[in-house]
Amino acid sequence: MIWLLAPVKSVRNHFLLLSTMLPLRFIEKVPDTFRCYRWIILLFVFFSGSYQTASAQCLTRGTGDMGLIIERATGSVQIVDTTAKTSLFRIGELGDLSHASAVFSRDERYAYIFGRDGGLSKIDLLCGRLVKRVVQAGNSIGGAISQDGTLVAVSNYTPGGVKVFAADSLALVADLPAVADDGKPSKVVGLVDAPGQQFVYTLYDAGEIRIADMSDPDKPDVQTFHNIGRLPYDALITPDGRFYIAGLFGEDGLALVDLWKPQGGAQRILDHYGNGREKLPVYKMPHLEGWAIAGHYAFLPAVGQHEVLVVDSQTWKEVGRIAVHGQPVFVVARPDGRQVWVNFAHPLNDTVQVIDTQSLKVIHSMRPGKGVLHMEFTPRGENVWLSVRDADQVQVYDTENFERVAQLQAEKPSGIFFTARAHRTGL
Amino acid sequence: MRQSHYKLFVFSMLASMAATAFAAPDAARQAELLYLLKHDCGSCHGMTRQGGLGPPLLPENLQERPTSLMVYTVLEGRPGTPMPPWRGELTEQEANWLVEAMRRGEGL
Repeated sequence: MIWLLAPVKSVRNHFLLLSTMLPLRFIEKVPDTFRCYRWIILLFVFFSGSYQTASAQCLTRGTGDMGLIIERATGSVQIVDTTAKTSLFRIGELGDLSHASAVFSRDERYAYIFGRDGGLSKIDLLCGRLVKRVVQAGNSIGGAISQDGTLVAVSNYTPGGVKVFAADSLALVADLPAVADDGKPSKVVGLVDAPGQQFVYTLYDAGEIRIADMSDPDKPDVQTFHNIGRLPYDALITPDGRFYIAGLFGEDGLALVDLWKPQGGAQRILDHYGNGREKLPVYKMPHLEGWAIAGHYAFLPAVGQHEVLVVDSQTWKEVGRIAVHGQPVFVVARPDGRQVWVNFAHPLNDTVQVIDTQSLKVIHSMRPGKGVLHMEFTPRGENVWLSVRDADQVQVYDTENFERVAQLQAEKPSGIFFTARAHRTGL
Repeated sequence: MRQSHYKLFVFSMLASMAATAFAAPDAARQAELLYLLKHDCGSCHGMTRQGGLGPPLLPENLQERPTSLMVYTVLEGRPGTPMPPWRGELTEQEANWLVEAMRRGEGL
C-alpha cells in the first residue's frame, strides 16, 4: 500500500487502474484490505494522475494561438489561449504596466513586455513565468523587435532615447540617445522595426524622425530627418515595411518617410486636415501603431475630431473622412482588410464602431462597457478581443455577426497582444 | 470699533478660505475623482504619477507650484501641449480637491 501512495508515473497509473479493475477471483492471495479499498485506490490513482498533469511546469503545445492581456493596475499579465478562449497563466510583479505593450520572439515562445516604469520583462508563454526583467530607464513608452529577432529596442521618455538589448539575454547592446541639435533630450515615440535590421523612431520634443541601422550592433548607423512637424505623438509603419508615418499633435498633418527612398526626406501629408477647425480637447492621445491599411486605403485617427481619415496609400492624398462616435484612439483593420474597428477617447470610451472598407460607412456600433482600451484580432480575424477596463473584462466577439462569443475576467485590462504579431513588421 | 471690523473681515476671509479648502466632494465622488486621476490622467502622467508624455505629479514635484495655478491648468488645460481642459467634467471645487489629493500623494 505504501508504494501506491508514493508519486507515480502515469504509465504506472494506467497499470494500476487496470489492475484495480481486474476481477479479483483470478488473482491468488489478494489481501482483504485490497479487496475492501480497491475503489478507493482506483479513485486515488485516477485523481493523482490527473493532478500531476495539471500541475505540470510547462505546457507542451504550439503557441500560435496564444497571446497575453496586460492587467495594467496590478502590474500583471494573463497568458491566454485564443482557440479555447481561456486564460492559462497569470504572471505578476511586472511593475507599472500603465501604457504597456508587448512584442514576441519569432519562435513565438517568449514575449517582451515594455512597462511604463522602464521595465523590460521577458516572459515564457509555455511555462507561464518571468524569465528575466531589467529596469532599463526611468520611464518608457514602447518597444520593437528586430527583423531577425535578435534585438529588442525600447523607447524611453526619461531619459529620452532608445536602448537596444540582446533578445536572448537582455544584455545591453546599444544606447542611442535622443538629443536634438540644441542639446535638449527628447522623449521618443513611435518606435518600430523595419526591414534591413533597422529601428525607426520619432523624437517628440525635437520633431525628428530617426532611422537606426543595427546591421552591425556595435556600430549603429543613425540617420536623422529634421523638422518633421510639431509634437509628433506616435507613428506607424506600413505592413510592407516601406512607409513610416508619424502623427502630429501640434499641427494638422502627418510626416511620412519612404524607407525605400530615404534620401527623399520626410514629406508632409494630409496637411491642414482639420481645415482650421478648432480641435476638441483630446482626453486620450490616439495610437497609430495598430495600423489600419486595408486594400489601397489607410485609415487614421483625426486628432481632436470625431473623424477617421481615409487616405489613398498610393498617393497619400485624402479620399474621405468618416464621422464616428468620438475621438478615435485605435483604428485597426481586421486582418483581411474588410472591416476597420475603432475605439474612442474618454469620456466616450464605452463604444466601439465598425467601418466597412468598401462603402466607407459605419456598419455597426456597440457598447461593450466603459473603458474599452484596446482591440486585438485573432490571426485570421474571425474574432476580436476587446479589453473593457471598468468592467474588469475581456470580451470576445465574432466579427461577422458581432455576437459576443466569450468573456474572460481580467483586472483592469488594457493591451491585448497575440503571438501572430511575431511575424508582422512593425508590430 | 474699527479694530473689531478689521477682525471680522480677517475672520470672514479665513472662514471663506477654509470653506473653499475644506468643501470636499462627497466620498463617492472622491472615489470617482481618484479613479479618473489614476486611469485617465494616468494615460499621460502614468498610473503611478511618475510622468509620461505629461510631467510627473508626485508630491515632491508639486511642492513649489501654487495650488491656484494647478487648478487653473486642470480646468483650462495648457494650450500648445496635449493637456486638455477638464472644465465640463470637473468643477473648480473638484479640481481643487484633486490637486490637494495629488499633493498628499493620495491613492499612490
